[in-house]
Amino acid sequence: MIELSPIDPVKSYAAEMGASVQQIAALRSYWQVDVPTYQKLIDWLLDLLQLNLGVSLIYRIPVIKVIADKFTASAILMLTSWIISGVFGFSLGIIAGAKEGSWVDKIIKGYCYLLQSSPAFWIGLIIMMIFSVYLKWFPIGLAVPVGTLASDVTFFDWLYRLILPAFTLSIVGIASIALYTRDRLVNILNSDYFLFARARGESHWSIIKRHGIRNVLLPAITLQFMSFSELFGGAVLVEQIFSYPGIGQATVAAGLRSDVPLLLAIVLISTVFVFVGNTMADVLYKYVDPRMRGEDDE
Amino acid sequence: MSEELLSVKNVSISFTQYVQGLNQHELKVISDLSLDVKKGEVVAILGSSGSGKSLLAHAILGILPENGTCEGDICYKNEVLTQQKKEAIRGKEICLIPQSVNFLDPLMKVKEQAIGDVKGEEREEALRKQREIFSKYGLAEEVDDLYPFELSGGMARKVLLSTALLSNPELVVADEPTPGLDEKSVKETIMDIKNLKEEGKGVLLITHDINVALEIADRIAIFYSGFVIEINKTENFADTGKLLHPYTKSLIEALPRNGFKLTEGVQPLEEVPGCVYYDNCPIKSDFCKENRPNLIKCGDAMIRCHNYDKEVK
Repeated sequence: MIELSPIDPVKSYAAEMGASVQQIAALRSYWQVDVPTYQKLIDWLLDLLQLNLGVSLIYRIPVIKVIADKFTASAILMLTSWIISGVFGFSLGIIAGAKEGSWVDKIIKGYCYLLQSSPAFWIGLIIMMIFSVYLKWFPIGLAVPVGTLASDVTFFDWLYRLILPAFTLSIVGIASIALYTRDRLVNILNSDYFLFARARGESHWSIIKRHGIRNVLLPAITLQFMSFSELFGGAVLVEQIFSYPGIGQATVAAGLRSDVPLLLAIVLISTVFVFVGNTMADVLYKYVDPRMRGEDDE
Repeated sequence: MSEELLSVKNVSISFTQYVQGLNQHELKVISDLSLDVKKGEVVAILGSSGSGKSLLAHAILGILPENGTCEGDICYKNEVLTQQKKEAIRGKEICLIPQSVNFLDPLMKVKEQAIGDVKGEEREEALRKQREIFSKYGLAEEVDDLYPFELSGGMARKVLLSTALLSNPELVVADEPTPGLDEKSVKETIMDIKNLKEEGKGVLLITHDINVALEIADRIAIFYSGFVIEINKTENFADTGKLLHPYTKSLIEALPRNGFKLTEGVQPLEEVPGCVYYDNCPIKSDFCKENRPNLIKCGDAMIRCHNYDKEVK
């Protein structure tokens, strides 16, 4: 696909430098632009076997280093918002489900529908407008204060700049998990075992605590781990808005400037990331659901 | 022996449904139902599947869904049960034996479900009681730690039964305890319910299995299209001459051992102004079409028919 893209990596790189024709020609042969696609693919795969992802065209350092750098930044952002949205989304869902039909339920539901139907970048912009532009509580962007070296950034500086992007990503994530949890809980409230638990004289909250949460948790965990892919997509947009130097920004840069090695590596990493997410859900199942446990575990 | 435990007076249960958009529709499931259960007595409600019998059990326990309304009085020991009262005594004095293993939380060990939400010393006590009653019904100690999906059909039934009886209730409402069980388990269930009766508990048995009803009940209430049309002693069911309602008679005559006599016709789904059995009744008169009969006393029995004592051919 990148091969078909009209962006010529040499031209976009050279355009910034104001390079001469000879220099461009030298670059072309150095980057092996004219080598046929299949040859490039084979070379790349062979390199990959040796864990060599190549050198990034725009950063001029090995791709693996770029990824390590950017990915750590992104991973922290994603993890924070993942946990926040999971915990809050689940709690809100439980509250809404338990109070089904009440005004609490309606407010939570309305809030979730609103968030669910608004795009992440738009929410990001709104939040930036409110907190950075009007209230001036937070910087408008960049993970590092202007004029400081990346190495001089203190932990708190960095934390301070993490808040807004993480907050945006969280509230976007809350909606789907809360709606889902609520829906499942309402289903459980109509189930036979809920009826029997009531008939045995257990109180509403006791049943929700003992039977509701346990039964909702399982599918909710799956959903939350499945959302790794969405989280990734959301992170790309949010990082772009807040100029947070994570993997999302790197992806956009790599795409726009045809940095094939970097782009391929990012695709690879995100695949692994999503795959790990789903696998973790599968493994966790075993601990939550007794039906998934083998005979030998008992 | 004759102390009245449960008495249901003129209870109607209906649901509000939305049909075609926003039109509300009142769906009557049980109409004008009256019956009583005394101490040491088994009363069966016999009716076809899906006719709404279970809802009576739910109404007694106060666990009807929110769009369901219950009119009339349900009294326990001569005291009208309000929703608060129902909540206070359910699971303690009145217990439900549910239909199937689906009524257990699939993710919780059966002993935890049986004892309910108790902590500390109470919990020890509850576990001891639970073990005691589980042993009584032949459930080994391993069963305590099993999850519902690991139970066999027979075990599940025993678990449900002993869970319901854990608090030593005075009135047991058994909602279809037999379907889907093998013959041996059905026999055991029948024995278990008979034992409850011996212990002086009242049992309200809701079933569509006429043989089970005939075997354990002292009295049988026949449920037809939302109405109880006859309540009679079980021994009278051996002789159709002693039965009062034409439907009950045809029901008994339809049994294989009584000649398999088939009566045509179905139960009406829509509410009718007169007698619900009008369309299929062999002894109907014009009066029955427009006038609904009330449940009236006739000796020890109750009957809902205008013409039961008249000979109409």
